[in-house]
Amino acid sequence: MIITAPWRIIRMTEFLDALADPHLPFLRYALIAGILASISFGIIGTLVVVRRISSIAGAIAHCVLGGIGAGLYLEQVVGVGWASPVQGAIIVALGAAVILTLIKHFGSQREDTVIGALWAVGMAVGLLFMARTPGYTDPMSYLFGNILLLSKSDVYLVLLLDLLVVTVVVLFYNKLLALCFDEEYAFLRGVPTGWYYFVLLCLTALTVVLLIRVVGVVMVIALLTLPAAIAGNVAAGIKQMMLLAILICMAFITIGLGISYNLDLPSGPVIIVLSGIVYLLVLGVLQIVPVRSSR
Amino acid sequence: MDQKKPVISIRDLCFSYDGRAILEDVFLTIYRKDSVCIVGPNGGGKSTLVKLIIGLLSPVQGEIKVFGKTPQLSRLKVGYVPQYVNYDPLFPITVRDVVRMGRLGGSILGHYSREDNRIALEALEEMGLANHSSRRFSSLSGGQRQRVLIARALASGGDILILDEPTANIDPYAEEHLFEILSDLNKRFTILLVTHDVGFASHFFKRVVCVNKRVVIHPTSALTGELISEMYGPDLHLIRHDHHCSLEDHTHD
Repeated sequence: MIITAPWRIIRMTEFLDALADPHLPFLRYALIAGILASISFGIIGTLVVVRRISSIAGAIAHCVLGGIGAGLYLEQVVGVGWASPVQGAIIVALGAAVILTLIKHFGSQREDTVIGALWAVGMAVGLLFMARTPGYTDPMSYLFGNILLLSKSDVYLVLLLDLLVVTVVVLFYNKLLALCFDEEYAFLRGVPTGWYYFVLLCLTALTVVLLIRVVGVVMVIALLTLPAAIAGNVAAGIKQMMLLAILICMAFITIGLGISYNLDLPSGPVIIVLSGIVYLLVLGVLQIVPVRSSR
Repeated sequence: MDQKKPVISIRDLCFSYDGRAILEDVFLTIYRKDSVCIVGPNGGGKSTLVKLIIGLLSPVQGEIKVFGKTPQLSRLKVGYVPQYVNYDPLFPITVRDVVRMGRLGGSILGHYSREDNRIALEALEEMGLANHSSRRFSSLSGGQRQRVLIARALASGGDILILDEPTANIDPYAEEHLFEILSDLNKRFTILLVTHDVGFASHFFKRVVCVNKRVVIHPTSALTGELISEMYGPDLHLIRHDHHCSLEDHTHD
């Protein structure tokens, strides 16, 4: 969609050259990781959108900063050999999924209050840990994403998550669909909805951790939900919506990386602004040409 | 009718929530192929009674048996039809997938067999919606969506149909059609229908169950104006509106 003027074509080829440049491996890793991660983003994003838990995904994303901070601190200050920001992020994300599931099923507190608390306290804890970690920790790169952080091991991590997400969703597709569409009815049909909800939140948590590498804590929800929201306007069913969301997400990440490289802008915000603009355009077009009901 | 085997029997049931009694001293027996209308004012405990019967809630005191077992154990034998307005209008799901949901619960993974697909399609055919099966659920009219949910309950293979306010938000023509369908289904199923709208109660049902904290059962013929005002008491002005209600009258407990 950006290849309209001749000078832009030249710039796109520049981006392609950069991808092939052996001195710029991070760009290749970013693109490969981004495209592979789109599979998980599209699938989980769709479930998050239709189940209406994007604020929960947001809370998990933000409190993950606490895990990143703790991981950095333990690794660099305390000198715990096995600790790392990614491990801290994964543990905290799964912990948040446990808390949010318990609150939904047994809690006496209002769910949205807990969501807000996790959201802010997690971030605060992360920033405090980072303040006490000397050296090169820059909260900005975690908050807004930094493709320079991506390495070969991230690509493997993304592949692993894709495998997990695709396996779980393919195996339990009908039950997850029922959980999202009509939890009460699914429960009445003997589906242990509490467990499936927990599984959904755990997959969301893991997806969010990977997403943070690409766009950062603050903008995670947008890249998780906007492709799915766009897809949801035209898809007849959830499967279609997932596939479409994956393709849209791949396009956003690829084009976003290209633009950010050409214009020398941070990649995370470029990807998010691109997603937002396309989302608004699609909504605008749908206002004029409604295609809501398929046949 | 009374000689028949009871499918639902409720004895000495009480239910309270946060220390507030919602239902008290409920005795109710429902027989095979009964057609029962559950009426009462909003907040009178109709929905609570239904949730107890389908096993979403458990009684504080007393017992409920569905087919001689607890509601939780008999869950799969009850076809429940919730209100269609409860669904997300943006949810991209086909009619077929909604109906097939009735076949969930058989296996661990929840994959549908050829048999499941056949049963789901037959249920849709019975509701006259077979040629809509690949349409988006949200693109159907209110009456059609209601019928899809009935098809889902039929596909689930139970013997009892429980419908929660099926007449809310559908037009009079669709309502009439709904009752044609229900009298047909009543030949095979025991039917329980919840409504806060007493207007139509008398035509189709064999019995009327009035729920307002306590439960009183009447044969349909006894449902007179006097009885209704006795049952609703001072709340009467709250429910005595025109047959077609405005939206705010549909907030349910």
